[in-house]
Amino acid sequence: MEPGSARDRLHILFDDARAEQKRAMAALPKIRLAWLGITAGLMALTLWMVFLWVPTEINQGNIQRSLYFHVPVAWTAMVAIALVAVASVAYLKTRDEKWDRLAVAGAETGVIFAALMLITGMVWAKPVWGVWWTGEAKLTTTLILFFIYVAYLMFRAYFPPGEQRRRLAAIIGLIGAIDTPIIYYGAQLWERAHPSAVVGRSVDGPVGLTLLVATVAFSVLFVYVAGERYRLRRQEDEVAALRRAISLQPSRSVSSTPSPGTTPESVGGAPAGGA
Amino acid sequence: MGASLATIWTLARKDLLLELRSRDIVLAIIVFALLVIAIFTFAIELTPSRSRDVGPGVLWAAVAFAGVLGLNRSFAVEAEGDTLDGLMLTPVSRELIFFGKLLGNFIFITIAEIVIFPVFEALFNISVLQVETIVIALLASIGFSAVGTAFAAVSVRVRSREIMLPLLFLPTSVPLIMAAVESTSAVVNGGSWSDFSDWLQLAIAFDVIFVIASAVLFQFVLEE
Repeated sequence: MEPGSARDRLHILFDDARAEQKRAMAALPKIRLAWLGITAGLMALTLWMVFLWVPTEINQGNIQRSLYFHVPVAWTAMVAIALVAVASVAYLKTRDEKWDRLAVAGAETGVIFAALMLITGMVWAKPVWGVWWTGEAKLTTTLILFFIYVAYLMFRAYFPPGEQRRRLAAIIGLIGAIDTPIIYYGAQLWERAHPSAVVGRSVDGPVGLTLLVATVAFSVLFVYVAGERYRLRRQEDEVAALRRAISLQPSRSVSSTPSPGTTPESVGGAPAGGA
Repeated sequence: MGASLATIWTLARKDLLLELRSRDIVLAIIVFALLVIAIFTFAIELTPSRSRDVGPGVLWAAVAFAGVLGLNRSFAVEAEGDTLDGLMLTPVSRELIFFGKLLGNFIFITIAEIVIFPVFEALFNISVLQVETIVIALLASIGFSAVGTAFAAVSVRVRSREIMLPLLFLPTSVPLIMAAVESTSAVVNGGSWSDFSDWLQLAIAFDVIFVIASAVLFQFVLEE
């Protein structure tokens, strides 16, 4: 087979995939659009409540408004880890790829939200406690979990795609989740052994309500982002499968076109990679 | 039960024999850990009180970092010799293979600690050779080898596994490292068992949970 025909075939396959994707998008957009609308509306409401509606805290001033971002992203990061754990168990039990995609979506989103939690925590701690970093138990726990799930994602990036990667990644995701309560207990003991300034936080009235709305808004945002990541992941898998199909053709001059920003499974179609 | 223990010992003995001939793993752990400790004696100007403050942290950081080197080898040796498949074909359950590997790693780390602790005591001038610290060291070695054996098996087939294992192993072991550092700290500052009983409980809980969890998850690691 001459190179031209392989290229033609690649184009046909990609056109097919694109048409398929259009059909899928045509079937779903109402839910996705509605969800996006709810997310945007809740976010706008949260911003209004945080910056205009809720009264300024007397002791700390405006910086206390960090709370309304810090707590919700911390909550969503924990939800993300729970999602990775549940999806990992489900994958090991069923070996259905969709659980693996869900675990990736959870881990990637979770790492982002954990990073946001750390940043908002540090920005808040500096003016109030005088230091960027303290041994505060929840901050410590989030930092360690951040590292574990970054390692989880790095493992996935290093490992050739296939059943083995999904299985081993599920094991790592699960060990991280098992470790979470132990880390938190250790971090609490650590905090007690190395006491630092503690600021009393009363969450009732307007503060509590704003916090509640913000938490709901960030949860909805999390579901939206993780959902989009899940869809993207599925499309990446489809593209990888197409590439593999192309690279199995006798002529494979067009199969090695790595696209930036994707996982290695789309780079250089190694057909035996997942063995 | 007796047969299982015999199988575990046979598997561990295989690793010990290999190690006795090559002396790769234990020597690497010892030299690397002593190097870390020595570098810290230059990096920090050690007064008696400062030694007691930072010493336990340096000791356990050195053991953890050096331990990763040894753990890396435990499955790399199998992969390089193409003996992993042979190991999987042996008619014993995956749990027993895990416990065999765990026992081997535990012995390696413990032997290394027997050398590391006295040298550390000499360099930092703080007394760590006490019953309390020996118990702590044993608990830490059990936890390190449980988590390390599982992650070494997970990362054995990944490219650049030398990078991957510490990235997985170190954050997961943080609670255990915390417990070891804080308990040792209490001991060198003249504390008794009751002063660090919380940390001991944490270390024991870590060991129990991860020995069981790693053994259960190990069957999914070696699965073809």
